[in-house]
Amino acid sequence: MNLAEDRQVLLQAEDLLVRRGGVTVLDIPVLHLFQGQVLALIGPNGAGKSTLLLTLAGLLKYAQGKILFRGAPIADGGFDYRRHIAMVFQEPLLFDTTVFENVAAGLKIRGVVRSEIERTVPEYLERFGVGHLAKRSARKLSGGEAQRTSLARAFVTKPQIVFLDEPFSSLDPPTREALTDDLERILRQTHTTAVVSTHDQTEALRLGERLAVVNGGKIEQIGPAAEVMNRPVNEFVACFVGVETVLPGRVVHVSDGVFTAAVDGGEIQAVGHVRTGEEVLCCIRPEHVTLSAETPFSKSSARNVFLGTIRKITPFGLFHRVHLECGFDLVAYVTRQSLEELHLEEGKSVTASFKATAVHVIPRVSLT
Amino acid sequence: MKRNWTRILGAALVAAILMTGLTFPAFAAPAQKNLILATTTSTQDSGLLDVLIPIFEKKTGYFVKTIAVGSGQAMAMGQKGEADVMLVHSPAAEKKFIADGFGIDRLIVMHNDFIVIGDPGDPAGIKSAKTTPEAFKKIADAGALFLSRGDNSGTHAKEKGIWKAAGINPVGQKWYQETGLGMGQTLNVANEKKGYTLADRGTYLSRKKDLKLDILKEGDPILLNVYHVISVNPAKFAKVNTQGAKAFSDFMVSAEIQNIIKTFGVEKYGGALFFPDAGKPEYE
Amino acid sequence: MDLILEGIRKAFYLIFTLDSEVLGITLLSLRVSGTATLMSLFIGISVGTVVALTRFPGRQLVVSIINTGMGLPPVVVGLFVTIFLWRNGPLGFLEILYTPTAIILAQAVIATPIVTGITLASIQNLPANLRLQILALGATRVQMIWLLVKEARLPLLAAVMAGFGGIISEVGASIMVGGNIKGYSRVLTTATVMETGRGNFDIAIALSVILMLLSFIVNAILTQIQQRERPR
Repeated sequence: MNLAEDRQVLLQAEDLLVRRGGVTVLDIPVLHLFQGQVLALIGPNGAGKSTLLLTLAGLLKYAQGKILFRGAPIADGGFDYRRHIAMVFQEPLLFDTTVFENVAAGLKIRGVVRSEIERTVPEYLERFGVGHLAKRSARKLSGGEAQRTSLARAFVTKPQIVFLDEPFSSLDPPTREALTDDLERILRQTHTTAVVSTHDQTEALRLGERLAVVNGGKIEQIGPAAEVMNRPVNEFVACFVGVETVLPGRVVHVSDGVFTAAVDGGEIQAVGHVRTGEEVLCCIRPEHVTLSAETPFSKSSARNVFLGTIRKITPFGLFHRVHLECGFDLVAYVTRQSLEELHLEEGKSVTASFKATAVHVIPRVSLT
Repeated sequence: MKRNWTRILGAALVAAILMTGLTFPAFAAPAQKNLILATTTSTQDSGLLDVLIPIFEKKTGYFVKTIAVGSGQAMAMGQKGEADVMLVHSPAAEKKFIADGFGIDRLIVMHNDFIVIGDPGDPAGIKSAKTTPEAFKKIADAGALFLSRGDNSGTHAKEKGIWKAAGINPVGQKWYQETGLGMGQTLNVANEKKGYTLADRGTYLSRKKDLKLDILKEGDPILLNVYHVISVNPAKFAKVNTQGAKAFSDFMVSAEIQNIIKTFGVEKYGGALFFPDAGKPEYE
Repeated sequence: MDLILEGIRKAFYLIFTLDSEVLGITLLSLRVSGTATLMSLFIGISVGTVVALTRFPGRQLVVSIINTGMGLPPVVVGLFVTIFLWRNGPLGFLEILYTPTAIILAQAVIATPIVTGITLASIQNLPANLRLQILALGATRVQMIWLLVKEARLPLLAAVMAGFGGIISEVGASIMVGGNIKGYSRVLTTATVMETGRGNFDIAIALSVILMLLSFIVNAILTQIQQRERPR
């Protein structure tokens, strides 16, 4: 995973401050974007993802700090820099002309000769699956087709960095799925450096090699995707990246690296370097929780076994999300198949288990 | 395809508008020197100037900008040096204009006369009146609708003079309405409302075919309508085209033009609209 | 009623026989109002775009002034243009009072706020991020403005039509600054007023019919374009 850190830094932000109406809306002490890597910005609405993205793209004025592209500061107005980047917004923002001319827009702006345009554009139309729509008016496209056109328009100039601001948020789930597939494939194939903002963690995980969790105009945590997902640095990150169960507790017993934490409604065994009496957050990812219909204390190797009642079952993508009451609230993911095999239904008793190593422990931080 | 049509049509229209604009690079004033003639609506509405001006332009090379307004406004333009020469019919105001030093070379050109016209039924019975002021008094007594130009024109000035002679102040009376329009328009209004009005004979004759209005009072000396040409005093306004003004004055009193005035309208209306007066002594 | 029918009959006769005076007046109207529209487009689109894209102190006031200007009464414009163009007025040295140029000037003054206002509104109505998207495509400032104006071309077409339609049918200012001089500064509207005064209702109706036809054509095209289906 640290392989990434060895790559060349393409874009670098230092002490970046963006103010709006006297209020600081973005505060980024340092941020590196590595050559050929996709950075996913994740965070709730209004967290400052778009502001960060637009500032990095040289499209927003910042009050303080600097942005370096290949080690050189971006000049005022950022004109030269803007010729090396491309941007895809949530709305397709197509021009009122044909699909072909839309994709050609960046090339025309750069004064590329028509013969070159005629050669390049069709290739990118095909790559994004809109070749058959070349002559269609951009006003007569479906949402997915329009966003594909917008993507083709961004990639056709062979930008060194592509910025994507919630690119698929306004699309319906199947379309979003298909476009995410295509974008992921093209990003990997072309080794394009990209920054993509999203509030969908699945999308972030699929596209981003690195994740940055943004909240309140600050980066809460940045690092390789798996690291951020499995080792959130604070409760906010934990909640946001999808650790569904976060239990505050106090360490009551420590032995051989395994400790017991008393949480509201029970005790949890976990692994970590903690001292007795310390306040911790125990994070349990739903996919690490196993459900079974058997009675507890049978032959499970898991340290944590609880008998619980199913409060609610909600479909969640390919899984079902099962909310349990077992002294505390616990969430588990089960496949459709397991759901049927175990005859899971609301109100039914069930045994939940998870390993001590599956519990991620965060020293308790008070969130303000 | 429909969309393309509207597109092409729209583009064509815009192009047409812009092209007409572009093909008109300069509305440069004609090479000749301009002459601004401020005159009364009656001379324009009767069509007399449409005959005289082209002759003058051809003869002298001046380009005449005829601004047809009331006599009052024409003299107001002269008073600000915004006109070079005036052809007007408001003797009292003209004399004051000369006395105040705004105008020079006031020459008598022609006359016709004013007439009192109204609905053939003559509701106020003014036909029997001996004089025009008496007729006006009858109108006032009967409360019959009277339409005034109300625009400070020569006709309006004359009308006010007659009311004064009749000893009546009609302004504000219910039966007295001011149109604020030219002679032709005021005739239209009188025709529609079956009211009385004072008109110059020239305009009335030229419009007679459209009107259901009869002459109810005429021939009184007070109804004489005299036109003078006046040059704006170049000593007051440096920018005045004094040569042009002189040329126009000379032109209007020349024998040739006086002859044209005499015969103007005879064929079309069966009677002369104006009577040439050049060289004659002033009336009064 | 007879008068109107007779007038309309005469009108079409005058139009289809290309009566030289009527034709001349019509062409002059088109040229004068066309030139004025052109001028107002240059000024209006530039000013409207700049105001739409920039933020500066007093901007709100400028926008209010533009919006007020959209309803500027033509006669008021006529009066002030006349005063300015008087021989002894501030612009008297131009010597353009009672010329078609003066009418163009007055009409441009009337149309410019209309074009400016519509430009302002239509540029502001473009998606907020479009400007950033264009910049991100590598556009220079000039390219960006050009692309924005191009995107707003439909409402701008409406601006052209509204401006042109407004001034070709305007009479107050034209008669005041143009003087309605025969064969020189006589346009459709001023001629209509005069011919009505003269009782030449047939010619007046002919001129009105031409004016209405022009208005109709302009509006018909505008409506067609606006009704164009625009799926999102």
